[in-house]
Amino acid sequence: MLEHYISLLVKAVFVENMALAFFLGMCTFLALSKKMEAAIGLGIAVVVVLAVTVPVNNLIYNSLLREGALAWAGYPNVDLSFLGLLTYIGVIAAIVQILEMVLDKYFPALYNALGVFLPLITVNCAIMGASLFMVERDYTFGESVVYGFGAGLGWALAIIALAGIREKLKYSDVPEGLRGLGITFITVGLMSLGFMSFSGISL
Amino acid sequence: MSDVTPKKVLLEPILSNNPIALQILGICSALAVTTSLQLSIVMGLAVSLVTAFSSFSIALIRSQIPSSIRIIVQMTIIASLVIVVDQILRAYAYEVSKQLSVFVGLIITNCIVMGRAEAFAMQNGPVLSFLDGIGNGAGYSTMLITVATIRELFGAGKLFGVVIFPTVANGGWYQPNGLLLLPPSAFFIIGLIIWGLRSWKKDQVESAEFKLSAHKVKEAF
Repeated sequence: MLEHYISLLVKAVFVENMALAFFLGMCTFLALSKKMEAAIGLGIAVVVVLAVTVPVNNLIYNSLLREGALAWAGYPNVDLSFLGLLTYIGVIAAIVQILEMVLDKYFPALYNALGVFLPLITVNCAIMGASLFMVERDYTFGESVVYGFGAGLGWALAIIALAGIREKLKYSDVPEGLRGLGITFITVGLMSLGFMSFSGISL
Repeated sequence: MSDVTPKKVLLEPILSNNPIALQILGICSALAVTTSLQLSIVMGLAVSLVTAFSSFSIALIRSQIPSSIRIIVQMTIIASLVIVVDQILRAYAYEVSKQLSVFVGLIITNCIVMGRAEAFAMQNGPVLSFLDGIGNGAGYSTMLITVATIRELFGAGKLFGVVIFPTVANGGWYQPNGLLLLPPSAFFIIGLIIWGLRSWKKDQVESAEFKLSAHKVKEAF
């Protein structure tokens, strides 16, 4: 059982890396990877938010939305799964908001570090994507906790690595038209190529 | 955008203010669905429609939305529209919807939709916002279709699943470039397109953060 969870974690971090294999969260990934501190802050925020939202969405999906899930309330034939998209985004927005308030009250240091990035996370495709993958692959609650955490970790790893590369890259003489966004795309492409080598691992 | 005329709003995002190449919006899904031309066209259409109608609805009620909860209101409108698109795709194009898998749902978090709602629809009238949505959707689709054409044609020798170059494996002459079907190629292609676009339209070039100073002292060999 433990083996299963570990392999799921490794798979979520490396083989199915959110940013480099599925291109999720690209907008923030490209826009906020210029500086190392920002990348680390955003990475941690994504890990925290993913580790909370994926399990919560899993509970909501399994006990309210999926076909036959409302049997306990006396509606065995109701299938609310079409409301999924609206619910997940609502849950994500709400959790981000709550997290922001809790951090502000109890962990002001962490709040100051993450403050700017938390609202941005609501519209990060990686967060929404992880919840959608969780539903599509039909994870159990335990699996969804591991998957959420792993997916976040993988994304954080990717953005921190990219920020490191870009910090070095800014001193290099890039052709005019390729400067900025263009060279970043090529860099990410090379990183993604590197991560492809993990795809041979079967767990 | 200081002066907004319908024509400008509609055409500008396609080349000179492309959402993907210049505004860094909506890249996530752009990369993942571009392995096949058919998927890209469906995706482009879906995003254009959602952007247009969400901008239209948000512009209609823009003066009624309290600014503190505007993100939630925008999200709800966008999410409802995406649900409609998702259900329509499932009903009439089940195969395509299966292949697009989570990416239809991810239109909600596609930054183009949200970005245009926030940047344009909150300040302009419904009709202009609708056109702006269509324009940005078209810019996004143009990029998607270009990338998908390159990837499908040279990666698999096909367009719309119809064989154009018969591949060696099937007794033809074309040796397909398998890399183009893998994720990294999308990054390279978009990077190169941006390079091309910016060499053509010089005003899009970003200024360098650092300049290399010229050698002043003769180096000792």
